[in-house]
Amino acid sequence: MSERHTTENIYPRNQKKSYALMELVKGQGFQVRKQPEDTVFVWPHLLYIELIAALVFLAGLLWVCTFKHAPLEDMASADTTPNPMKAPWYFLGLQELLVFFDPWLAGVVLPSLIIVGLMAIPYVDINPKGVGYWAWKERKFAIWTFIFGFIQWWIFIIIGVFFRGLDWAWYWPWDDWHKHKSASGASLNDMNVILHGWGLDAVAADWLTYLLVIGYFVAFMVLPALLWRSFSRQLGMARYVTVWSLMALLWLSPVKVFLRLGFNIKYFLVTPWFKL
Amino acid sequence: MIERFAKFVRDTQVWQSLFRHGYPDNDRNQSLIMFSSVLLHLHPVKIKRSALRFRYTMCLGGMSAFMFLLLTFTGIFLMFYYVPDTRQAYHNIKDLTSNVFMGGLMRDLHKWSAEAMVFLVWAHMFRVFMTGSYKAPREFNWVIGVLLLTFTLLLSWTGYLLPWDQLALWAITVGTKMAEATPFIGYAGPWGQQLGMRVDNDIRFLLIGGTVVGQNALLRFYVLHCVALPVLITAGMVVHFWRIRKDGFSGPL
Repeated sequence: MSERHTTENIYPRNQKKSYALMELVKGQGFQVRKQPEDTVFVWPHLLYIELIAALVFLAGLLWVCTFKHAPLEDMASADTTPNPMKAPWYFLGLQELLVFFDPWLAGVVLPSLIIVGLMAIPYVDINPKGVGYWAWKERKFAIWTFIFGFIQWWIFIIIGVFFRGLDWAWYWPWDDWHKHKSASGASLNDMNVILHGWGLDAVAADWLTYLLVIGYFVAFMVLPALLWRSFSRQLGMARYVTVWSLMALLWLSPVKVFLRLGFNIKYFLVTPWFKL
Repeated sequence: MIERFAKFVRDTQVWQSLFRHGYPDNDRNQSLIMFSSVLLHLHPVKIKRSALRFRYTMCLGGMSAFMFLLLTFTGIFLMFYYVPDTRQAYHNIKDLTSNVFMGGLMRDLHKWSAEAMVFLVWAHMFRVFMTGSYKAPREFNWVIGVLLLTFTLLLSWTGYLLPWDQLALWAITVGTKMAEATPFIGYAGPWGQQLGMRVDNDIRFLLIGGTVVGQNALLRFYVLHCVALPVLITAGMVVHFWRIRKDGFSGPL
């Protein structure tokens, strides 16, 4: 007998009355002031899933432990320096950046800015859409920006782990990893030296490099406001400045890599205190 | 007979003081267990059926937390056999792999679950971003999450030095070399020397307790790895879990 039928039997509908017993529902507890809902008890439904996930994961780890042991090399010795010296894999992206940036940027300032930038995300993302499901179309700008950063982080890690050998030179998997590579033939020049070589006065060349770097950041500050007016107005001043200065920094590594590999430029700004 | 004995046990004052309710096989007790257990009350009593779907969370956050528990368990085991002394540490690890019962397995498990945790925390962050779960009212929980990611990396990194082998020494040498380039407070960083930073008073000196990675660095990393950072990350996790319960889950959860 269906539940509907039972309900009808217990309390037959009377058309003259404004109230009626609507439905009987199976259960062991009271439902007071509750909307109809499609919920389940955490015990046992979710706890079982958690337990199974943990056991499966533990089994996987134990399986790995049977054939792959934690590495242990010779005892630490200040006398023998390994070549190349590699940081743990998750920091190799930053170590790879050392090829392109000075340590104060690659090792300290950029990682700190990554942390600050990540923390800023929820406060600068004013798009209310796309909460609680995998959304592409409604959040294109946010998702592309995030993936752009995420991919950079992983590409640099992959390069550091798989393509860097002796003297931190580039090694393909099929190269002989025990043979030193001859130093690259191309010589690197600083931007001001290149500009000077083009016939500019040394001081003017210096000044131009300052202007170019300032121009890079100014462009990130000004252009979006001109290109996407309504979006910029919605963001407001504080969010706008945060988003686009972080974006300028997000593009810094690709730009630097491009200038280095394409034009053999070492630094595009040389100051008495730091080089960029 | 067994029934009567079970009833006798359940009626004792000791049992009653331990368990406030019967076995959770009905609605009432399934609710009560979630209220009365300090660990279980991280969960709500009921969740939407759709929240059980694997493809929304892919268990990434939960598994990160599980990795932390596993690392605590195996880490405590390892601590019984390890002395943070440059003359002993390496041999302790050697002994673990050959002479200590289950020592090799515990070390392997500690190593691989640490790597897994780094990866899982990253993947969890990626998932939370992609499903927009960081948006109001959960903004601050995302900030805590970024801190937890940082602590996870630092925990893994400080543990890297402890075996005191070549891999450890030089990886940490490379890493701490970066610290001396910190602007203002590192002697090789911009405006470092102008502010009076020397190799023996800057931020790197503070971190490794010397000018090279040696005994002081090992002790500092040991204390950071086994005490300071675990305390910090636990505090962060407590807030992280508390906030997600209070602020509510995103989407189908």
